[in-house]
Amino acid sequence: MTRKGRRLILIGSALTVLALAAGLILTALNDTIVFFRSPSEIAEHKVAPGARLRLGGLVEAGSVAKQGTAVRFTVTDGNAQVPVTYTGILPDLFREGQGVVAEGVVQTDGSFKADTVLAKHDERYMPREVADALKKQGHWKEGEPGGPPAPAPVRSTVQ
Amino acid sequence: MIAEIGQYALILALALALVQMVVPAWGAAKGDPVLMGVAAPVALAMLIFVGGAFACLVALYVTSDFSVANVVENSHSQMPLVYKITSTWGNHEGSMLLWALVLAVFGALVALFGGNLPDRLKANVLAVQASIATAFLLFILLTSNPFLRVLSPPGEGRDLNPVLQDPGLAIHPPLLYLGYVGLSIAFAFAIAALIEGRIDAAWARWVRPWTLTAWIFLTLGIAMGSYWAYYELGWGGWWFWDPVENASLMPWLAATALLHSAVVMEKRDALKVWTILLAILAFSLSLIGTFLVRSGVLTSVHAFATDPLRGVFILAILVVFIGGSLALFALRAGELRQGGLFAPISREGALVFNNLFLTAATASVFVGTLYPLALEALTGDKITVGPPFFNLTFGGLMLPLVFAMPFGPLLAWKRGDLLGVAQRLMLAAGFAVVAAVVTAAATAAVSEERGPVLAPVAIGLAVFIIAGALTDIAERAGIGRVSARLAVRRLTGLPRSTFGTAIAHLGVGICLLGIVSESAWSLEKIAAVRIGETVTIGTRDLTLARVENRAGPNFTSRVAVFEIREGGISQGTVEAAKRQFAARQMATTESGIRTFGFSQLYVSIGEEHADGALSMRATWKPFVTLIWLGAVVMALGGLLSLADRRLRVGAPKPARMRRGALPAAAE
Repeated sequence: MTRKGRRLILIGSALTVLALAAGLILTALNDTIVFFRSPSEIAEHKVAPGARLRLGGLVEAGSVAKQGTAVRFTVTDGNAQVPVTYTGILPDLFREGQGVVAEGVVQTDGSFKADTVLAKHDERYMPREVADALKKQGHWKEGEPGGPPAPAPVRSTVQ
Repeated sequence: MIAEIGQYALILALALALVQMVVPAWGAAKGDPVLMGVAAPVALAMLIFVGGAFACLVALYVTSDFSVANVVENSHSQMPLVYKITSTWGNHEGSMLLWALVLAVFGALVALFGGNLPDRLKANVLAVQASIATAFLLFILLTSNPFLRVLSPPGEGRDLNPVLQDPGLAIHPPLLYLGYVGLSIAFAFAIAALIEGRIDAAWARWVRPWTLTAWIFLTLGIAMGSYWAYYELGWGGWWFWDPVENASLMPWLAATALLHSAVVMEKRDALKVWTILLAILAFSLSLIGTFLVRSGVLTSVHAFATDPLRGVFILAILVVFIGGSLALFALRAGELRQGGLFAPISREGALVFNNLFLTAATASVFVGTLYPLALEALTGDKITVGPPFFNLTFGGLMLPLVFAMPFGPLLAWKRGDLLGVAQRLMLAAGFAVVAAVVTAAATAAVSEERGPVLAPVAIGLAVFIIAGALTDIAERAGIGRVSARLAVRRLTGLPRSTFGTAIAHLGVGICLLGIVSESAWSLEKIAAVRIGETVTIGTRDLTLARVENRAGPNFTSRVAVFEIREGGISQGTVEAAKRQFAARQMATTESGIRTFGFSQLYVSIGEEHADGALSMRATWKPFVTLIWLGAVVMALGGLLSLADRRLRVGAPKPARMRRGALPAAAE
């Protein structure tokens, strides 16, 4: 086989792997990414039930009700409230009035069934999606958190 | 006083870095041996000064000098000594100083052990190293100075983030940085080769030990970080596909590819241009990782935009080094000499296959990590690219790679015989099929529908890799074909790098075994228990014996003690706790872990309810320790390769003598 022929094979296989990678990445980006939504967006029915998404906001004061390991609470951004159900152990920093991000699925009744609850591991720190969403609603201002950013989010999950 | 000494030492180190960057490079261009000779002693001097600055910062932390802002922010006088020391690098400024220190260490190592390098190459390598050092020392001094004083010193510090108050912080960042920054040597060699416009097999022989060293540290660093996250975050996950983790995985993948392509270059004088490009890419990914973690861009795209000094500075470093090196590559790559030819089915072909899939996998991790940032910056949409994305893309690309892994080392150089190799792997394939069938039968026997269908197949694949690695050694020794005595003699005569390859590949198989069994057959129980109540998980019963308060040096902890019984027989206790840190008013979850064989029982607790019940989660993780054990075995394989005589003893002089000896392998 000539030098040219071998180079063609090399380039051909490189392109094949590249195409495979691109195909996988595009398929995965279509199917597996999760959008972040605020309670207002869910209340306005922008989101179809059954879609997997992240919901972020503040845990409404007085809304947390526990029964064994099952928890109900309400996430608010000041304009709208979304009831959330979750079963499992909550992260250490989950508190009423604090920021929270929950990942899960919107139910047909407009409530949210979470399978993962995240809270950042720093008492002053607000999850950035929550901070941005709250800023949009005018309920929170830059400069309040301060301090160094937290390392990794603490997760709590039921699969 | 100590802070000021540290500051001056850093400034002097910067001056030395500038000298080391300019003088040897100039000497190399003019062919002046005196100017080139400046590089080595200056590199050693720089290590002394950066090391001195680092020692000053450690001293400030040990003595809890709260007149220094960095110490106030990240330390507490009540912390145990070991955490006072580790908090030196448990923050942005200190960790950048550690980065610079590791860079200086590697520069000094090249100066010390680079005796057999040609003078020009050595001078250029050290000059490129010094240019990186200059950039990072400037970054530290201008934007992240750890030695800044506070006007009115407080009486007490604000404590280290409790999550970081763990022995993991003592080991993980130094290991990871040794890996990250170690890749700068391969980068410096690549740039030096491009500057000289000349590269040969000897170059690959010099670069390989450095890359291998970096790769070993990176492997151990990533494994250590994974285990740390596993036990400290209390969730039991060992890999989150978090951008911070991906930042360390990408250089690892590129370094793995580089190791393999450097073999082709060393043995067959082929793939030169590609190897140079990989060396540039591997270190570029290290820099991008540093940018992701250190610029604050992950925490908030907006914080990055409003307080841009640090981020923009690192971004500028990225542009200069990555852009500059790629531009140089584009200019000079065409001048590099063509290498030897090989058939598609050959050892070289297999290593190209490895490189193609590894770089594609790196690209998929890169896209998954940066796409959300790009999308948010461009459209404002916030998305999460989580495990499903990476499982599909990264997993999909790794699958053909690991399947092909046993074939590679068995193929001959230049032109291989795939059918013959397949026949020699029949026994390994047999083991794999048996393992898959046994696994499927066993899971079916335990319960009707537990575990995904693919898991037994994946177990079979892992066994195939392990058996394939052993086949490689057995084939080389001729076990079964020659007399036992001859086989033993051949076995002891095999080069260490052959064992290194086999053991590193074995490690991948072991790691895969752990990953598959942990993801497919973990058992989980979440419950609220009162004292004396029992939760059953798998074959074991967990009884909450008592809950008690204990005092730590700078925290109080609430400890739940569980008794473990299997079939009525006591197996001791496991303790899970919640720690409350007063200084930051933060709580951490301390998981309780008991190891049985290769499997682990993982218990963590949540809050206590008003009625006295305690939320708890118990997880049975079968063969989970194999994940990290596999990584350690991989590193061990790397170490064996590094110990190979051929890499240590006098690398031959550059290709002048080889040029004639290696006829172009054309037909």
